[in-house]
Amino acid sequence: MNGTVDILGNLNMIGYGLAAIGPGVGIGLIFAAYISGVARQPEARGMLQAIAILGFALAEALAIIGIGLAFVL
Amino acid sequence: MSVVLAAGGNGFVAPGPADFEFPPVFGFVTKPMLIVVLGAIVIAAFFYAAARNPRLVPGKAQFIGEEIYGFVRNGIARDTIGAKEGMKYVPYLVTLFVFISVLNLTGIIPPILFPANSRIAFPLVLALISWAIFNYIGIRRQGFVGYFKNMMFPPGIPWPVYILLSPIEFLSTVIIRPVTLTLRLTLNMFAGHLVLMLCMFGGAFLLGQGGLLAVASIIPFLFAIVLTFFEGFVQLLQAYVFTLLSALYIAGAESEEH
Repeated sequence: MNGTVDILGNLNMIGYGLAAIGPGVGIGLIFAAYISGVARQPEARGMLQAIAILGFALAEALAIIGIGLAFVL
Repeated sequence: MSVVLAAGGNGFVAPGPADFEFPPVFGFVTKPMLIVVLGAIVIAAFFYAAARNPRLVPGKAQFIGEEIYGFVRNGIARDTIGAKEGMKYVPYLVTLFVFISVLNLTGIIPPILFPANSRIAFPLVLALISWAIFNYIGIRRQGFVGYFKNMMFPPGIPWPVYILLSPIEFLSTVIIRPVTLTLRLTLNMFAGHLVLMLCMFGGAFLLGQGGLLAVASIIPFLFAIVLTFFEGFVQLLQAYVFTLLSALYIAGAESEEH
């Protein structure tokens, strides 16, 4: 009550939050491209879907490695 | 009031990695091991029931079994590996997809409520099996030297680039692929389960405080319900991603050039 605030927790999680911005933007771009692709050519949906999910998985790997390291380090 | 709560001796303890450790049920057998055995039994029983008595007009079990099989065969094996070569790997890919799906979905099925794949051992073994399969196929198809030559020295590139490219390609194929397969599945399940636990424990804690805080506990419980559905979607998606990536790695080893 003397004007200071005690915050407990791990600084790693703040770092993870910052690190997750990159994959977040990347995943957004991937699905934006997927949506506009399907809008232009609806019959290519099946093919585009597999590619989009593959790109999503690869971009997401960065975020996932980040959360793994945030807990491990 | 919140300061008092946080400073109090019986304050809220957020769930952490320690909540993924279980005491042994008997001997060295823990809950995740039992979930895996149960999952394997359920899958075997289901597919036995689905395929035991096939009819031209399928019943319920046969229809679901055929839909899953057809989804993996047409959506993954045929589209990524090829119409002819892909058929050999359909049994493996279907097994992988169903096994991972069931072990993930245990995270939202009420009496169990723990995704077995959030323990790293199970995805690691599955990733190592996929790794062994695609390396074996590559070496058998292209020869030991040819496989590594195609992997590390793709044609049509000026030679100084190889100094940088070859080590990266080697590392990415031999080491990073199984590691990312494992970590992606494990940590998706881990993080998802952690968020669900946070909502449920937080809601239960608020409910226990009584008064206005008990009314506020509606919010975390509502989030828990919504996130349970989202988690189910993520769990099936991750099973699909694991299978799709395994199929892509097999496809890369199967073809001469990639």
